[in-house]
Amino acid sequence: MERILTITPGNLPQSVQTGGCGECPTSCQSACKTSCGVINQPCEEKK
Amino acid sequence: MVHQYKLAGRNIVIDTNSGAIHLVDGLAYDAIAGEGLAALQARYPEAAQDEIAAVFADIEALKAAGQLFTPDAPYREIASEVKRSGEVKALCLHVAHTCNLTCEYCFAREGQYHGAAALMPFVVGKQALDFLLAHSGARRYLEVDFFGGEPLLNWDVVKALVAYGRSQEKKWDKVFRFTLTTNGMLIDDEVIDFANREMENVVLSLDGRRAVHDRFRKTASGGGSYDIVVPKMQELVRRRNGRNYYIRGTFTRQNLDFVTDILHMADLGLRELSMEPVVGPPDDPHAIRAEDLPAIFAEYERLAEEMERRRGTEGEFRFYHYILNLDHGPCVYKRLTGCGSGTEYLAVTPEGDLYPCHQFVGDPKYVMGDVRQGVVNTAARGKLAGLSVYTRPDCADCWARLYCGGGCAANAYHVSGDVRGIDGLGCAMFKKRLECAIALRAGECV
Repeated sequence: MERILTITPGNLPQSVQTGGCGECPTSCQSACKTSCGVINQPCEEKK
Repeated sequence: MVHQYKLAGRNIVIDTNSGAIHLVDGLAYDAIAGEGLAALQARYPEAAQDEIAAVFADIEALKAAGQLFTPDAPYREIASEVKRSGEVKALCLHVAHTCNLTCEYCFAREGQYHGAAALMPFVVGKQALDFLLAHSGARRYLEVDFFGGEPLLNWDVVKALVAYGRSQEKKWDKVFRFTLTTNGMLIDDEVIDFANREMENVVLSLDGRRAVHDRFRKTASGGGSYDIVVPKMQELVRRRNGRNYYIRGTFTRQNLDFVTDILHMADLGLRELSMEPVVGPPDDPHAIRAEDLPAIFAEYERLAEEMERRRGTEGEFRFYHYILNLDHGPCVYKRLTGCGSGTEYLAVTPEGDLYPCHQFVGDPKYVMGDVRQGVVNTAARGKLAGLSVYTRPDCADCWARLYCGGGCAANAYHVSGDVRGIDGLGCAMFKKRLECAIALRAGECV
């Protein structure tokens, strides 16, 4: 695609099947404590 | 749902429901926005008709691949079915409801959370860790943040609790990830050695320039704390050997040029930086107001520009809110349900009372139980367990909802009176930070 560069293809529909293990860090614990989001958290899916 | 915006000369397209993000040229941007052939030919006379047709074909291919105009059909059902299991994976241990600074803007009211000064006895902390171990189900990684007030005022108990937690890991097949959040006043060699050995993360409170920091972060005698804490923080970070840390600042409407403070931190040799808008009642003179947003947005753009300029240089640094885990980030379950306060995450007071998180501490309506009997406030727990991006009416049409997970329940409660509400100013700033973060990432791709 000459005019469209995909930075990330996204994996949310697939994660319906693969996600939900709950091992990810709690959003608020790492630094903010007051204005959390989730997108800066890593997935820690059980291997 | 698709969100399009232009920033730093880049045209960004976010496909919210798939998580796909595209960097496009002007013609593709307008085509995705719905412009037809005739309008595009008029606006881009240099583009041949077959070139425009190719863009339309690319858009259809992305739709077919689930990377553009992706529906959210499965998510609503998932969100309604998610019943949090009751497993707890993180505790915020308020080991000291007292502080050696008197910061006027502190949401904890100088560390006391509207109550009396107190230190958590070891036995209460041990009960808290036992509660976490017993209620963490299959979760292997357990997070414990030593928080306050100022946790170094109860340092011996912190060390004893770390030792106790470590002694239980093998028996329970768990791994504790400890965090220390401190104002830095009492950091010494022994604290540095212990923290850098045992703490997965250290969060150090510094607001930036000396005058900005000392405006609020005063000692009991009224003096500034900048000159005391900065050398200690620099030494701790120098000896951290690459382990996680954050320098965390707070900005108020007194320093809307807060990027200068972030850059000051970087110039001190500190590389992992965070800067948060102050939290407090809207009538607080330091609170952020709607009229401040244009200046704040400009600052977030300035920050992205400066980070891009410093990329690959000695002055490079990371900003917490510009970190994106796009390719191996949270799954849709996490994105739908957010932080887990009151369910997976609880705060513990020095007396052992449980609250949904540190920002609810002191509010009698949100006492969840205590570390001995566990969570007994099922009404509050049920309300928090049911939260998702679909149960917050204000999130219904928001493109950013799967990036924030519905936002901070405590901020929503304090601003709107309901955990299902939103903090509108906080949302506006979150969305601007996200736009800047994605534009910054896009810059790495060109």
